[in-house]
Amino acid sequence: MAAHPSSKDNSANSLRKIWFDPNVRALVFQIIVVIGVIGFFYYIISNALFNLEQRGITTGFGFMNQTAGFGIIQSLVEYDESHTFGRTFVVGLLNTILISALGIIFATILGFIMGVARLSNNWLISKVATVYIETMRNIPLLLQIFFWYFAVLRALPSPRQSAHIGEAVFLNVRGLYMPSPVMEAGSNIVVFAFIAAIIGSFIIAKWAKKRQMATGQPFPVFSVSAGLIVLLPLLVFFVMGMPISLDYPALKGFNFQGGMVIIPELAALLVALTTYTAAFIAEIVRSGILAVSKGQSEAAESLGLTRTQALKLVIIPQAMRVIIPPLTSQYLNLTKNSSLATAIGYPDLVSVFMGTTLNQTGQAIEVIALTMAVYLTISITTSILMNIYNKKMALVER
Amino acid sequence: MLKNTHIKAAVAAVALAFAANASAAEGTLDNVKSKGFLQCGVSTGLPGFSNPDADGNWQGLDVDVCRAVAAAVLGDASKVKYTPLTAKERFTALQSGEIDILSRNTTWTLTRDSSLGLNFAGVNYYDGQGFMVSKELGVSSAKELDGAAVCIQSGTTTELNLADYFREHGMKYTPVVFDTSDQTVKGFEAGRCDVLTSDQSQLYALRIKLAKPDSAMVLPEIISKEPLGPVVRQGDDQWLNIVKWSLFAMINAEEYGLTSANADDMLKSTNPNVRRILGLEGPKGKGLGLDDKWGYNIVKQVGSYGESFEKNVGTSSPLGIARGVNALWNDGGFQYAPPIR
Repeated sequence: MAAHPSSKDNSANSLRKIWFDPNVRALVFQIIVVIGVIGFFYYIISNALFNLEQRGITTGFGFMNQTAGFGIIQSLVEYDESHTFGRTFVVGLLNTILISALGIIFATILGFIMGVARLSNNWLISKVATVYIETMRNIPLLLQIFFWYFAVLRALPSPRQSAHIGEAVFLNVRGLYMPSPVMEAGSNIVVFAFIAAIIGSFIIAKWAKKRQMATGQPFPVFSVSAGLIVLLPLLVFFVMGMPISLDYPALKGFNFQGGMVIIPELAALLVALTTYTAAFIAEIVRSGILAVSKGQSEAAESLGLTRTQALKLVIIPQAMRVIIPPLTSQYLNLTKNSSLATAIGYPDLVSVFMGTTLNQTGQAIEVIALTMAVYLTISITTSILMNIYNKKMALVER
Repeated sequence: MLKNTHIKAAVAAVALAFAANASAAEGTLDNVKSKGFLQCGVSTGLPGFSNPDADGNWQGLDVDVCRAVAAAVLGDASKVKYTPLTAKERFTALQSGEIDILSRNTTWTLTRDSSLGLNFAGVNYYDGQGFMVSKELGVSSAKELDGAAVCIQSGTTTELNLADYFREHGMKYTPVVFDTSDQTVKGFEAGRCDVLTSDQSQLYALRIKLAKPDSAMVLPEIISKEPLGPVVRQGDDQWLNIVKWSLFAMINAEEYGLTSANADDMLKSTNPNVRRILGLEGPKGKGLGLDDKWGYNIVKQVGSYGESFEKNVGTSSPLGIARGVNALWNDGGFQYAPPIR
């Protein structure tokens, strides 16, 4: 060696080396950021607690055990005024999950139909789909909710002038009234038969696919499963001596009593969320289909597949890997948008818990923190499930 | 616009977390004086109580309390900035210091007084919860309402009283809960519910918002006590005193015949009670930390309680509410202010 660097230089050099090592730098900055974030949250939490105590505001989650004392129009679990605020939380949460789940299912179906329709060769169908998508996508959701609730609802008749089908189904400004099943002894066997029929049709579908792979013989899976699902429970129903009867809604006093009802708040919110989100999903589906190279449909055509078969068997499966990630975002959006429920009085989590409960107890920080945690949990769960599905659907390169 | 209300509530909650520790100690009076205006929380629009008029100026019985405090503290009743709040935002807004005083038909209850870090400064309207129904329903008493669908504004004591009343009388109801009183009225008009329930004063105010006010009627039953009054943050006694005595000054002024019209003439009055209200003798403004003319400013710029009542909600206003229990104590009502001396 020509130069003889002193040991001091040496150590400075190695220090510099460490400093310029990207791994070390990344680690140092990450530690700094983590400390900063923890410090920030420590500061605001301790500051909030100090302020709350100084101002004589009660803190903690003790209020969850107090009696709520207010009514809620729709609950999936048993609820009345004598239940606790903890129960109102559950009621709100379930209502949020209900509207989100229904919205996701319907928006997906409608979105796929519209997305495919927009690419249709039929001029009318594609133009109708285009007009639908462009209209729905470009009007604020809140306005659409108000439209369905206040404008459409107002056009419905009053309870006494209900539109009806026979003496069983009634439609009026208070909702859609339908007969509800009354379960008597032995009815659980009918339900069991129904579930068995559904499982059975899955097995048939799997078997049919396997057989087709092996022999090329197609099997009418759809009609056989449909028949099984309808006929098997029906058969058991008569064998068991008709254990399920119907409770018909009837006009008593001001409103219909008995039966079951779909409240207009749920209907309006569901229609608005579905049509709005479906418009976005339709565009995602369209882009997914367009992303599949044209050669694929030409190949499908040359195999003699019909347009529908080509879509179902060749195009859509390949389009899914493009569709799923943005579709997940739409599902998350729909879930979060369901909080607009409060505008029309659908009792979701925001309306019941962050609205009424917050005001009756005054525990703003606890209630808002809990509500945020719930939306975060729902969203992350949706996201994880969709990512698992995405991994499964992703193109496997051979 | 609606999403906004939740954002506001969330922001207020976050503000609670960030608010400087010192602000509680600083004192609202100094704060208001240095700002040069009073920040007052009012309703989102309730005719007679707090509602912007055609020119966008806030008017009403609750607004007059804010104006009285501004007159007492700053010497100018117009130095008020208003924050419209829904029922569920109001307490957080006050707790977090967004407003200096909440004057928004708020019922004085034990929970609110004792666990929310708030203090009620008096009662400016004695109210009770009632029911409004469409006339064509053919109902004449609340006891006939079994099975009715009821429109309510969320986050109010009304919601709890309603549940209590129906449970007590063994009746069923369907609650339809809205965010603002405007939406509640819309729901009622659309026929979503048979009954609209609220404080009686509000029912009269909401009735005139209907497209056809004559088609609805208010049932005679009153199912609760609703003492409404201004609210301040707990832990600032001086500010509580100022708000309390601003209201008392208006009530006392009515009792001794003072009005905004005769305030200047009354400066020559020999009645010691009048002279004490106007700050000519007696304790003056010292104990409150105010100018000696605080009482004069209230009477001159805002008027007496009776004047405010008549102008905003009384028989000469569109609401046409009779004084009833809100008359002075010596006139058969509940309104009674401690003496200024």
